[in-house]
Amino acid sequence: MTIVPFAGFGLGLRKPHYAAFLESRVDVDFVEAISENFMIDGGQPLDILRRVRASYPVALHGVSMSLGSADGLDPDYLERLRRLVDMIEPLFVSDHLSWSRIDRFNSHDLLPLPYTLEALDLVCANVDRAQMALGREMLIENPSSYLDFAGADMTEWQFLGELTRRTGCGLLLDVNNVFVSAANHGFDPITYLDGIPAPQVRQIHLAGHSRGEALLIDTHDQDVPVGVWDLYAYVMPRLGPVATMIERDDRIPPLAELLEELSVARQLGTSGLRSAA
Amino acid sequence: MSLLALQRDVGTWLRDGSDAAAAAIGARYRPGLAVYLNNYRAQLAASLETTFALTKAWMGDAAFEEARVVHVDRVAPSGWTLDAYGRDFPMTLAALYPDYPEVAELAWTEWATSEAFVAPDRNVVDASSLGAVDWDRAVLRFSPTIRIAGVSTNVFDIWLALTEDRVPPAAQRFSEPQKLLVWRIGHSCRVRPMNAPESAALGQARSGETFAQLCDTLVASNGEEQGTALAGAILGQWIAEGLITDIADVAPPASR
Repeated sequence: MTIVPFAGFGLGLRKPHYAAFLESRVDVDFVEAISENFMIDGGQPLDILRRVRASYPVALHGVSMSLGSADGLDPDYLERLRRLVDMIEPLFVSDHLSWSRIDRFNSHDLLPLPYTLEALDLVCANVDRAQMALGREMLIENPSSYLDFAGADMTEWQFLGELTRRTGCGLLLDVNNVFVSAANHGFDPITYLDGIPAPQVRQIHLAGHSRGEALLIDTHDQDVPVGVWDLYAYVMPRLGPVATMIERDDRIPPLAELLEELSVARQLGTSGLRSAA
Repeated sequence: MSLLALQRDVGTWLRDGSDAAAAAIGARYRPGLAVYLNNYRAQLAASLETTFALTKAWMGDAAFEEARVVHVDRVAPSGWTLDAYGRDFPMTLAALYPDYPEVAELAWTEWATSEAFVAPDRNVVDASSLGAVDWDRAVLRFSPTIRIAGVSTNVFDIWLALTEDRVPPAAQRFSEPQKLLVWRIGHSCRVRPMNAPESAALGQARSGETFAQLCDTLVASNGEEQGTALAGAILGQWIAEGLITDIADVAPPASR
């Protein structure tokens, strides 16, 4: 993998905070933008992203590449993302280990894959194609999931390890997703964090979740809970330089609240790195 | 089961939510499948509510919710962006409310503004740059943000009142259909009705005919003096409103 590490702390670029990022210097080291919101032909959103990019490093995070689609990737999607990547020159380009689309039906959700050898071959081929189309290596994010297909040939962390080995991609480790999936499927999150290829992790997501009837739901509408902070504190000393960000997509609080939450990440992340040194 | 077959089964489940579709995937997965089904429907609902907020305000929450459910059953999303999902919603509303055409026309207006909002950017022609134009050879190029639809009601007045947070007027049908023009200048979307001569002139100009040909048409139907004045007024308005992005100089067609 050739993705240059970036150590820092950032936030997602969300509509309620556009003005703050444009009109003042917000105390973040980078921002992360949802790629699809800016894969457009023109207009105000693209202008805002260009202006934000002039002041902050930007990571592009996608939700619709559908890297697990059995019928391959959408060439129009890749072409538009490439144009955005060339324009923004982001720190990272990421998407999820999941699928959304099949036979021209797009669910617009991050649907789970069975962790089989067949799926591994397919995702590797799709990641190879995407990286070729984008002219750069990607980060792949571990998903949160609500079902765990029988007949798996490997665990999710083994799957991610093989994926990075075969394609040269890096990892975006979503600590909340590990927490949610561990609770939903009954695995030990520490085993997961010990099992991922730590040197390949370039970015971390922190977020909150909600409790459904029988499962935890990855809602991104809550503060980061204690259990997720604990996992973050555990994993940071095991990683190299990484970019940590708080992902909030619903019930978005004032920027000051998110910055306060980010300061907790700074404390935990920095002390974690110190203890590893 | 192959990955392709599994994904097709999950797609079927999301579209119909039936017991049979869930059983094809596996009974033990039902709690998780229910979460994905809920996410799927919630995403589509949120997308329509965001794009068609004014239409919802006009219809009322209950009627909008009914129309949304019908649309989600009728139209499965296919584009890579959720923003594209609303494209067919005006057609769903037209089918549901044939006696209330302003509902679908209002939804079209909102859809057109949402498209114009992210359409390609172009510089617009400034009136000060017109001195060197050879009008006999001039072909007008228009903003790619332009959207036009025929309307049969006072939907523009309804749309305007709703955007200004005023009580909208009652819906009224026109005796003759009109055209509604939607475009963007800078970052601001504009909407206005067009009268028949302007609508015809815009259609002619956008088809690539020269401005001289457009003048000939207006003179033929309005007389020399009035037709020429009308052509000048229309051109002035289009330039002032940022509708024209370029004036190309093209050779006239060879005479036979």
